[in-house]
Amino acid sequence: MSHDLDTEKQPSFEEEMEELETIVEQLENGDVALEEAIHLFQKGMKLSKSCHDKLKAVEEKIDQMIDEEGEIMPFTIQEEE
Amino acid sequence: MEQDRYLSITALTRYIKRQFDRDTVLNDVWVRGELSNVKLHSRGHMYFTLKDERSRIQSVMFSSHNSKLAFRPENGMKVLVRGEVTVYEPYGQYQLYAKEMQPDGIGNLFLAFEELKKKLEREGIFSSERKKPLPVFPVEIGVVTSKTGAAVRDIFTTIKRRYPLARITLFPVYVQGELASESIAKAIKQANELRMHDVLIVGRGGGSIEDLWPFNEEIVARSIFHSEIPIISAVGHETDVTIADFAADVRAATPTAAAELAVPHVLELNERVNERKARLIRAIAARLDAEREKLARLQKSYAFRYPAQLIRQKNQELDRLIERLTREAKLQLNQKYEQWRNINKSIHRHHPEKLIIQGKERRKQLTKRLAREMQQLTNRKKMLYQQSISKLDALSPLKVMDRGYSLVTKDDVVVKSVYDVNPGDMIQVNVKDGLLDCHVWGLEESKNEP
Repeated sequence: MSHDLDTEKQPSFEEEMEELETIVEQLENGDVALEEAIHLFQKGMKLSKSCHDKLKAVEEKIDQMIDEEGEIMPFTIQEEE
Repeated sequence: MEQDRYLSITALTRYIKRQFDRDTVLNDVWVRGELSNVKLHSRGHMYFTLKDERSRIQSVMFSSHNSKLAFRPENGMKVLVRGEVTVYEPYGQYQLYAKEMQPDGIGNLFLAFEELKKKLEREGIFSSERKKPLPVFPVEIGVVTSKTGAAVRDIFTTIKRRYPLARITLFPVYVQGELASESIAKAIKQANELRMHDVLIVGRGGGSIEDLWPFNEEIVARSIFHSEIPIISAVGHETDVTIADFAADVRAATPTAAAELAVPHVLELNERVNERKARLIRAIAARLDAEREKLARLQKSYAFRYPAQLIRQKNQELDRLIERLTREAKLQLNQKYEQWRNINKSIHRHHPEKLIIQGKERRKQLTKRLAREMQQLTNRKKMLYQQSISKLDALSPLKVMDRGYSLVTKDDVVVKSVYDVNPGDMIQVNVKDGLLDCHVWGLEESKNEP
């Protein structure tokens, strides 16, 4: 479960998006104290940057193939001429 | 001239059409042939030619009938058709109007398809409540299809283009032939054991009904149903519907469509992040504006701007209050003084001095009167006393004895009658200047006395 380990280390894009949405809604409702609002805003900006970074700097993920024996090997599509 | 012998084309065509319509064989005919020139009209009607080695017949199947077809008619396909033959008047052409169509030679497959579909439906394998939602942001995507062919390429390129964040794992399987259904089911099971993938795409590209058949097998349907990973099915073209499609959580029309359903578009995600960021900035800006405005309003307030003036004003207010207080106090004082004066006046009016003077006067008079009365009373009493003394003096027995009278007593009791004494008694005779002890010798009662 390699990607489960990854998500333990740092939040996934999905989790960050959800948190960002929650923060935006809290701020839009406007019922938080000003200091808290500024704190939330800073956190939200960090999250949106992190989301952007995740989308932008995509490391080329090596796709793979798992055969019937469970053997894992890299796999790439040969583009047709 | 014999003009009347000539029929109009319309009349002739109608005559011919009536001959066709009257014929019981042509009204309900069963034919076997090969499809060619299959054309699907935009309104849903299907036009095609049915042919065999020597002949052909123009045919049509209206949308009301062809929409029920469980397969996709293609050129070269051998089919069994039931319908009626009649004349299309505008072209003067006879046509076969197809009502039912089945692929020839695989009729048994169709029966099997229908039976399996009914069976699995009864078991609830297709029920919509059992369908799992697809993940919104999948990271690991499993693809169960052939390692070669258009399907795997379409899926990979579409996912990579839309969503480079994802990693794809291919589970290479046979997608046609005897071994296919088993290898597909096994791959789905394998993926579920790995528990690594967020979503699975199971499918293949287009092909004949026989080619797609593994996806109509029970073992594949059940493995899809039992998968804990959500499955998108993508078998053949848009018109091909297999049992696997019914069992899958989501059916995609094509492998490309499956890839599109499996992942969001990265631009779309960027757009969503941007939208949230914009909302975030808008919200905090609005909040700060509101706070700033609140602060400005407070700063601009009268008290904040002119505190001295406020104090002056308060001073003035205080002066006015003191003034009022003094005035009120004076007024009250005057009122009280006035009251006191009134009361005082009335007290003076009713002062007891006069009464005292009057009383004193009265007392004097009464005293005088009392003295006078007393004097008179004393005088009168004195006079009465004098008179009484004289009278008493006149009556005194001594005076009587002076004149010779004496007083006889016996044992100190005055003797008034002869019967008060007995002869022989000793009596005392009191005279003016002393006492005589006498002895009674006899008694003589006066005659004239009663």
